[in-house]
Amino acid sequence: MNSDMEETKKIQVPTMAEMMAKGEQPDVLFWVGCAGSFDDRAKRITKAFVKILNQINYKFAVLGAEESCSGDPAKRAGNEFLFQMQAMANIEVLNAYEVKKIVTACPHCFNTLKNEYPELGGHYEVVHHTQLLQSLIDEGRLKVEGGAYKGKKITFHDPCYLGRANEVYEAPRKLIQNLDAELVEMKRCKSKGLCCGAGGAQMFKEPEKGDKDVNIERTEEAIETRADIIATGCPFCNTMMTDGVKNKEKEEQVKVLDLAEMIAQANDL
Amino acid sequence: MGISNLIFALCLILAIFFFRRNVLKIKRNVFLGRDVNRSDQPSVRWKTMIRVALGQSKMMVKPIAGFLHLIVYVGFVIINIEVLEIIIDGIFGTHRIFSFMGGFYDFLIASFEILALLVLLACLLFFIRRNGIQLKRFVMKEVAGWPKTDANLILIFEVLLMGAFLMMQSADLTLQKLGAAHYTEAGSFPVSSSLLFVFEGMSETTVYAYERFFWWFHILGILAFLNYLPYSKHLHIVLAFPNTYHSNLKPKGAFTNMESVTQEVKLMMDPEADPYAVSDTDVADEMQRFGAKDVTDLSWVQLMNAYSCTECGRCTSECPAHQTGKILSPRKIMMDTRDRLEAYGDRLDGIKTEVDDQTLLDGYITREELWACTTCNACTDACPINIDPLSIILDMRRYMVMEESAAPNELNMMFTNVENNGAPWQFPAADRLKWRDEF
Repeated sequence: MNSDMEETKKIQVPTMAEMMAKGEQPDVLFWVGCAGSFDDRAKRITKAFVKILNQINYKFAVLGAEESCSGDPAKRAGNEFLFQMQAMANIEVLNAYEVKKIVTACPHCFNTLKNEYPELGGHYEVVHHTQLLQSLIDEGRLKVEGGAYKGKKITFHDPCYLGRANEVYEAPRKLIQNLDAELVEMKRCKSKGLCCGAGGAQMFKEPEKGDKDVNIERTEEAIETRADIIATGCPFCNTMMTDGVKNKEKEEQVKVLDLAEMIAQANDL
Repeated sequence: MGISNLIFALCLILAIFFFRRNVLKIKRNVFLGRDVNRSDQPSVRWKTMIRVALGQSKMMVKPIAGFLHLIVYVGFVIINIEVLEIIIDGIFGTHRIFSFMGGFYDFLIASFEILALLVLLACLLFFIRRNGIQLKRFVMKEVAGWPKTDANLILIFEVLLMGAFLMMQSADLTLQKLGAAHYTEAGSFPVSSSLLFVFEGMSETTVYAYERFFWWFHILGILAFLNYLPYSKHLHIVLAFPNTYHSNLKPKGAFTNMESVTQEVKLMMDPEADPYAVSDTDVADEMQRFGAKDVTDLSWVQLMNAYSCTECGRCTSECPAHQTGKILSPRKIMMDTRDRLEAYGDRLDGIKTEVDDQTLLDGYITREELWACTTCNACTDACPINIDPLSIILDMRRYMVMEESAAPNELNMMFTNVENNGAPWQFPAADRLKWRDEF
């Protein structure tokens, strides 16, 4: 218990304001996102990612209470006013801190910040956390042992806003290979990957009448691969797939985990 | 020049006249749409067009259909070189005017024949596939009736045209062998030579009559087919090219930022802005509604998309909403847009005169369809000619939300949360960093 306490004390999560007060600038701003900040399941992803950054002493900061919704769900639902209000307020904060590089574990924030903010005055280098982690491994800064994941069958569910929307397919897959795990692909993967059902603001409403929920369809496909783990790179996909696995009563056989969580666990963080 | 040459010339002029008239009408309809700039990066645009339209890169995702389609496409394009000769012969009463090319001419004619046979076979296979096996995207409700008839008519047309071409060739060859006057020996006939038995034992006059019949049938068929295009989904053979040239070149996830909204938001956020100042652009914008209620609220690229759609349904079969039984079908969005635009154009031309109380929204596309979209981009990825149904869905959502405040209730709650707490859920903004204390 005591050693645990000491261990945890070491986790540093500076805010931009705190850094600025010390006259420092981080190498990257970690954009946590609403899910990563408030949703209990997604907070575990946030914490896992932060632990990894702490482990290698990566100089990062968060906005904390100065962060606000990127505006993605409002925009996809058709509320362009609200989106642009959010975007411009966020850009004002980001530009005031002279942010250059942003990492986020949410593909929706990633897409919006990367593709929709520049026209409104927000120009940043935006990367998804799987891209940052992979580049840290490539640079030799982050070492990953397979640990508990060695030899495990893992399938990766491509988030629409990471995959089709931005053509990021390789970084998350390389991470799985770095875990010495066996990557098994679903029938529909990469550019043909099936949506989890949460995008376009569907996360916040009941689905329209149909004969099945999209997440069930996708979960069935994931279960078909006989993977031990469904890897995700999106807090919303994570929720949808977790619900799907519960619905199929397969919680014992299949876990739904974010890649950051797996790497943190593999490194005993 | 005889009377038949005159009749031919007249048919040709009429065909071109009517085709031109319909093309101009379509062009007028397309430019009823709002302006959008899709002329940047011309070299990337040319490359996209060459790869996607000319090279059919996205058709090959389904290899069998893709291969058959390639045959029909290559055959169609190359055989049309022969049409040039037929037209010249038709006007001037000559026989195989290009035959002076000698060996090269023989090579051309031989390849036309082989391609004609391949096109004919491919179209027969397509016909069987479309009507024999119950492929879901070909039997859905939205393609029942005219769309299905249209699809079959195109295939029948092509089979008949290719058949007539080969029969004409065979009769011509027979006449050449009989030493008929006017029918100088020219060409090479790898396919039609095996059809010679049809004309065996017939008198020269009879074969001549057959040759003329097939000749006229073939060329009038082509002119009729040309004039059928503007009424048909088959228009894609033309519009696939401008359509891919004007593709969205941004990442699929980048949705447009509405400039009219940017201006208003900037005004709202600028403490020094004069809210009563009216610029010229504001006046112009005031005329436009936010988002799309009807076809004229869409951009001309979106409207061209609608005319380019060949209703293959690849978008719909990839759509997660459709796959799970929701009523959304991206193909239907495109078909509805075209139908509504045609009806709108007919009213402008005075063809339809009853009161127009319909709009694209509600009249053609229901709200339930629009709210079922997950914006996953599977449809835009699947489209062989880069049509973008998602952008239309988004523009119609924008209309419902910003002009009517008519989003589903849960979404209105989400909007309120984002406005008040900066998050789609009801958590206090101040708690955003609470997780830091939870290690």
